[in-house]
Amino acid sequence: MENQTKIREMIQKRVKEKKRYMDKIVPLFLLFMALISVFTTFGIVLTLITDAFRFFAAVPLSEVLSTDLAPLNKDPRFGFVPLFIGTITTSLIAMLVAVPIGLAAAIYLSQFASQRVRRLVKPMLEVLAGIPTIVYGFFAYSFVTPMLMNLIPTLESKNALSPGLVMGIMIIPMVASLSEDAMNSVPEIMKEGAFGLGSTKLEVAFKVVIPAAISGILASIVLGISRAIGETMIVTIASGSSKAFTLDITQSMQTMTGYIVEFTSGDAASGTTGYYSLYAVGLLLFLFTMVMNQLAHYISKKYREAY
Amino acid sequence: MATIENKEAVFQVRDLDLWYGDNQALKKISFDIYKNEVTAIIGPSGCGKSTFIKTLNRMVENIPIVRTEGKILYHGNDIFSSDLRVEELRTQVGMVFQKPNPFPKSILENVLYAPKIHGLKDKNLLMEIAETSLKSAALWDEVKDRLNDNAYGLSGGQQQRLCIARALAVQPDVILMDEPTSALDPIATAKIEELMESLKNEYTIAIVTHSMQQAARISDRTAFFLMGEMIEYGDTKNLFMNPRDKRTEDYITGRFG
Amino acid sequence: MEDNKVKTDKTDQMSSPLKKSFKADSRQIERRVKLSGFLRNVFAVSIAMTLLVLVFLLVDIVRDAVGWLDWDFLTGNLSIFPEKAGIFGAIMGTVYMMLIVIPVTFILGVSTAIYLEEYAKPGRLKDFININLSNLASVPSVIFGLLGLALFSRLMGLGGSILAGGLTMSLLVLPIVVVAAQEALKAVPGFLREASYGLGADKWTTVSRVVLPVALPGMLTGFILGVSRAIGETAPLVVLGIPTLIMKIPQSVMDDFTTMPIQIYYWTLDTVLTPEYANLAAATIVVLLVVLFLMNSVAIFIRNKFEKKF
Repeated sequence: MENQTKIREMIQKRVKEKKRYMDKIVPLFLLFMALISVFTTFGIVLTLITDAFRFFAAVPLSEVLSTDLAPLNKDPRFGFVPLFIGTITTSLIAMLVAVPIGLAAAIYLSQFASQRVRRLVKPMLEVLAGIPTIVYGFFAYSFVTPMLMNLIPTLESKNALSPGLVMGIMIIPMVASLSEDAMNSVPEIMKEGAFGLGSTKLEVAFKVVIPAAISGILASIVLGISRAIGETMIVTIASGSSKAFTLDITQSMQTMTGYIVEFTSGDAASGTTGYYSLYAVGLLLFLFTMVMNQLAHYISKKYREAY
Repeated sequence: MATIENKEAVFQVRDLDLWYGDNQALKKISFDIYKNEVTAIIGPSGCGKSTFIKTLNRMVENIPIVRTEGKILYHGNDIFSSDLRVEELRTQVGMVFQKPNPFPKSILENVLYAPKIHGLKDKNLLMEIAETSLKSAALWDEVKDRLNDNAYGLSGGQQQRLCIARALAVQPDVILMDEPTSALDPIATAKIEELMESLKNEYTIAIVTHSMQQAARISDRTAFFLMGEMIEYGDTKNLFMNPRDKRTEDYITGRFG
Repeated sequence: MEDNKVKTDKTDQMSSPLKKSFKADSRQIERRVKLSGFLRNVFAVSIAMTLLVLVFLLVDIVRDAVGWLDWDFLTGNLSIFPEKAGIFGAIMGTVYMMLIVIPVTFILGVSTAIYLEEYAKPGRLKDFININLSNLASVPSVIFGLLGLALFSRLMGLGGSILAGGLTMSLLVLPIVVVAAQEALKAVPGFLREASYGLGADKWTTVSRVVLPVALPGMLTGFILGVSRAIGETAPLVVLGIPTLIMKIPQSVMDDFTTMPIQIYYWTLDTVLTPEYANLAAATIVVLLVVLFLMNSVAIFIRNKFEKKF
């Protein structure tokens, strides 16, 4: 009993005297760390804008929107349209592969497959998603292109088709997993109602689940597009750096990302318009993916409100 | 220091109001909790009894939208005053929760958590505290050979007694219990009720319970809450046998709740 | 009597149309069920084909790598001559870069997550930081390269050093690590924190002694995944100007370096002129994939063994 009073007093004394600086320092330190991510975005925007501004000050908009791209000439020309075409074309091919197969995979896994199949297939899709893009780039150039060249004789060794297809394969897991999540979130009650009326699994999938999950599915597609647009290594290796304006997917095209990589791996002399053109392209790329990200966010928010 | 029948009031609550955002959960609560007694708080679901007991050790403040007005005096001092650190209050006013919540650590680490964080280092003293607390919680004999085992290996009733031992380790003055036996089987419940009978000799206990039978069994004084108000309060036997308010009588006889 | 007769006529009229349509239905049902089964198979086949592509990819790469992936390859230095080339320098470069990425990402990522989940009050600042992280996660890796070029390489004068590369990579994978750490913290049940506060602990004590030990396995899993991503990334380093041929093993963080993905990149570009480069690239890919596979396995092992379920 005596000891107990002693303990009580000892603890009370310590609690009273305890210095509380941890309570003040820790939150400040953590906040500072958390703000670094904000500074990063700020840094990116600042870097891109300042040098892009210098570019746009030196090059008229009419030239930027032209199809004449020759940054290394003595009289350099900076028409970005070939880059836009390159990015859009490869991304389009990628999405034409990723969306149907990704959705098919999502529908199959969430509406048809047994638990055993899901347990087997999902990790394999995750493996696909975890492969570094450089490996896909090698695959595209060393295997897919030669194989396609057998099928399409006019195909050049650097072309837009091969990387487009491989990018599509790379994006399938993303579309599949996000769409599957969206479909799995559809309440069972909705499906049971349809089944109770004698619907087949296919009908439930297409008439009940997909419409209910459409926001999540669309969001996954938008994110897939964003990924395709921002992809660098696959297109740099397999699509080459031709700056000619063309819509022919059997030929080389350069994407916006490829342009940036080409110019920084060479020695773009600091201070030249060519150097600034990098940042201009970078800014456009950044803005584009940002818009896509916000769009996906907006679409999926609408989806969360539905339930 | 208010006295009734020569007893010291440990807590004196005066006109306590509490809001969750715009919703008033407690309305002008006023009563006293006396030393070395078991005070029970009963009432139907949603009447505010859990909210009230969590105000006594200011746990209710962890919820951002809570606002309080009124006074709660602990040994004469207002617990809301800025002089009293909330951590200090909680070493004197301990709490046991509805669902046993031991830490995913060993039994010994659970019991010694509070003394250690408050700076006690002497190994002998710490072991003494552990043994005393576990004995006071009627758990020592069952765990003395496996103090380093994970607390999650204990049964529900044992875990709750561990939580009681853990709260006792800093020698508090008051122990608050929020429906401590509602998640336990009858045998475990009986053990803990027995425990409370012995604990009240050294500590003051306030217990929220949804079981009137439990309140009638173990408490000295009972308060009846309804829709955020305290309707009636008094000696347990008197309250159950001769309730003054009709609403109390209705609740006790089972007409609602 | 007559009433009965009328009744019978009426029921006869009612039953015939039902009978007719029921027959048609059963054929139609048959068709619909068959269609469902057919498309089910189509979907399954499309997944199978995709996974088959994965298999082809691995088989082709291994086939190219066979004969070139040996001990000399792993321990040798880089060289213009394919027969003599080894990736020891690249392996060490990757390792040294990780010596920067690991502590920086861990401290930054875990701190940010702790701030957001345990300290930040719900409101505009917290939302702002969360949205910012989500945006950063979708920024193409080249852009991080441009940031690194301007900030670390040029402004801070770090050039193409390990430090510049490591810092750039850390920012790239930061969002992944933060989100994983946030999830791990959210998974810690509230009643554990309650118990700690009830015993008179302050917030930092509760976070460090109760919350973090429980959240750690989940945080580590996410952290390892982030680091894996950093190991495999190429684009930001190319933008930074990481060179292709390094003769010496780097000695300090300020030295130039090269990594395995960079080597794969440069060798792949030149396979037309030097076909053996394709073999070197494939061999390096095998090493890279093995490393990533091991890391992933460790992450899964940690998660399965140590994660507590409540």
